Amino acid sequence: MSPVIAVENLSKKYIIGHQKQERYTALRDVLANGAKRVTHKLTHPFAAQENDPAHEEFWALKDINFDIMQGDRVGIIGRNGAGKSTLLKILSRITEPTSGKISIKGRVASLLEVGTGFHPELTGRENIFLNGAILGMSKAEIKSKFDEIVAFAEIEKFLDTPVKRYSSGMYVRLAFAVAAHLEPEILIVDEVLAVGDAQFQKKCMGKMEIVGREGRTVLFVSHNMAAIKTLCSKGIVLNKGQMIFQGEVKEAVDQYMGSDNLDKNEIYWDDIADAPGNKNIRLKSIAIRPLRGSIIDIDSGIEISTVFYNTTAGKSLDFTLYLFTLDGVCLFESGIILSSAGDANVGYFSTKGIIPPHLLNAGIYKINLLFGEGQRYALYKVEDVISFEVDHTATARGSNMSRAPGVIRPVLDWSFKFLSQ
Amino acid sequence: MDNQSVLVIEAGKAERHYWKDLWRYRELFYFLAWRDILVRYKQTVIGLAWALIRPFLTMVVFVIVFSKLAKLPSEGVPYPILVFAALLPWQFFANAFTEAGNSLISNAGMISKVYFPRLVIPTSAVIVSFVDFLISGIILVGLMVWYGFAPDWRIVTLPLFIFIAFAAAMGAGLWIAALNVKYRDFRYIIPFVVQFGLYVSPVGFSSAIVPEQWRLLYSLNPMVGVIDGFRWAILGGNTQLYWPGFLLSLFLVMLILVTGIVYFRKTEKTFADVI
Repeated sequence: MSPVIAVENLSKKYIIGHQKQERYTALRDVLANGAKRVTHKLTHPFAAQENDPAHEEFWALKDINFDIMQGDRVGIIGRNGAGKSTLLKILSRITEPTSGKISIKGRVASLLEVGTGFHPELTGRENIFLNGAILGMSKAEIKSKFDEIVAFAEIEKFLDTPVKRYSSGMYVRLAFAVAAHLEPEILIVDEVLAVGDAQFQKKCMGKMEIVGREGRTVLFVSHNMAAIKTLCSKGIVLNKGQMIFQGEVKEAVDQYMGSDNLDKNEIYWDDIADAPGNKNIRLKSIAIRPLRGSIIDIDSGIEISTVFYNTTAGKSLDFTLYLFTLDGVCLFESGIILSSAGDANVGYFSTKGIIPPHLLNAGIYKINLLFGEGQRYALYKVEDVISFEVDHTATARGSNMSRAPGVIRPVLDWSFKFLSQ
Repeated sequence: MDNQSVLVIEAGKAERHYWKDLWRYRELFYFLAWRDILVRYKQTVIGLAWALIRPFLTMVVFVIVFSKLAKLPSEGVPYPILVFAALLPWQFFANAFTEAGNSLISNAGMISKVYFPRLVIPTSAVIVSFVDFLISGIILVGLMVWYGFAPDWRIVTLPLFIFIAFAAAMGAGLWIAALNVKYRDFRYIIPFVVQFGLYVSPVGFSSAIVPEQWRLLYSLNPMVGVIDGFRWAILGGNTQLYWPGFLLSLFLVMLILVTGIVYFRKTEKTFADVI
């Protein structure tokens, strides 16, 4: 069988400007730079063409190759900035690749955002038609599916109310309902299910599963590994614009977690220029160690230490750590103020934080860091900088070795009395 | 499955599907225009009347300034009709140019999240202005009834001139829309062009008052040809069409339209990246 999607040597390059916040160009700059270049040429006719330091090439995707067969439900996994969204945008024809080739067989519907083109002033009914047309449905098609869409979204009573009066849940339901009834051969879904309540998320997942079972192909991007595992049969792992794994979904999820130094609980950047950071902050190292013993488990306690370089003087510097489960649920944030009087030194700082024993349950956890100024502004934010696994233990729990339910696993102060017979 | 058409995505090779896709998305022209009209009139109190009030008041002012104060000749027709026959295509052009110019920016969300031929967006904006144009046309009919003015056979050629006006609006609209995505400076240029254009186009006066030796030069403004054509078709009688000038304007309109489409097509691939 030939693949429904064949991707060959796909690459996408962006030019990023360092000075400007906006992506568009001001004519003024074009004219000014043009004039500057001409005068430079005239005054230095033999000088080599210098590279514009304000612009830098950035490969969002580099030499991606994969095939997807009909009926495959493929989860695309990767950290922020790994190129997932760019890949979906190219597959959806929103943007062109820089090089490479993709062959797609069949009608593609992509849902990169919920409710694209919805107009707040229009009623639910009007928006169904408008959104359907934007997604590529014909008027006749929308009419024939209209009742189904309304029923799925559960908005019968509010059909003729402007959507600006909808609750956010209703809005998302309606938007997903329209897209879910496109009936494409290939469905591309970005992380849109993160919105909406749990019950509706379940309903969406159910709908996508049905789509998959009907022999249609689904491409699904999510940070929610549980959702990926339930919904998808295959997985593709992207890292920094390159594909590092394609295969069974379970292996892909493991690979994704493993690729982020799951066993290596310490990352050290030799060259500070390659380290995560920006003009304010550069990370030098981060390490996760058991407080006691040699294995991180429920009883060991966990020490999280970092070293980073602060570039600018005269700031009120603070440091915050966010702990996430693998499914992206934030467990807590905690941090420390390094300077509150606007007098932080330039140079290396180290921080150390301790997660007490018997707090985290067994499982895999991810860490985000936020370096802030005066507890108000973010100087630098890094997501999924490291992940670690907490092992099961039998101690303090009797002999039951299976993983207990729950995200945390505290040891409470229990007592009991025998009262009477 | 094997008999299905295969879509190939390759750098710089989007052309092959483009016109087919445009046809497939033909209903989107209608839906976007319908949305804009619906939204505009949902938010206003007097709704549709705006499409009548604005041109009517402009016409009144022009009649007072150019006929009563400046005492310009009227070519033997009631001056309000002379003005309105020109105001119709001019306002259509000005509105379409403004709306199309800003259309991509105001639909940025759609452009970065969904695929469809981008040509749909500015075209729909022009269609919305065209609907306004048709509504304002009612005033012209009313003026003709009021003054007891009957057009002659030439009125049947009007659709041809409407087509030329549409082409001019489309061409200029596509240029400005595409440029506006890349260089946001153009949002300041749009109102300037509209204001400037009103003075250099024969809206409040007949282009017959332009000295003979300057008329060809004057026709370098493509709207001169469009407006003269409208007057020729609507006013009939002794209104003369200055053919060399008209053909020059017509040529320029077509040139702007063709280059507009080409430039738009060339830049539209990058819209999602820069918008």
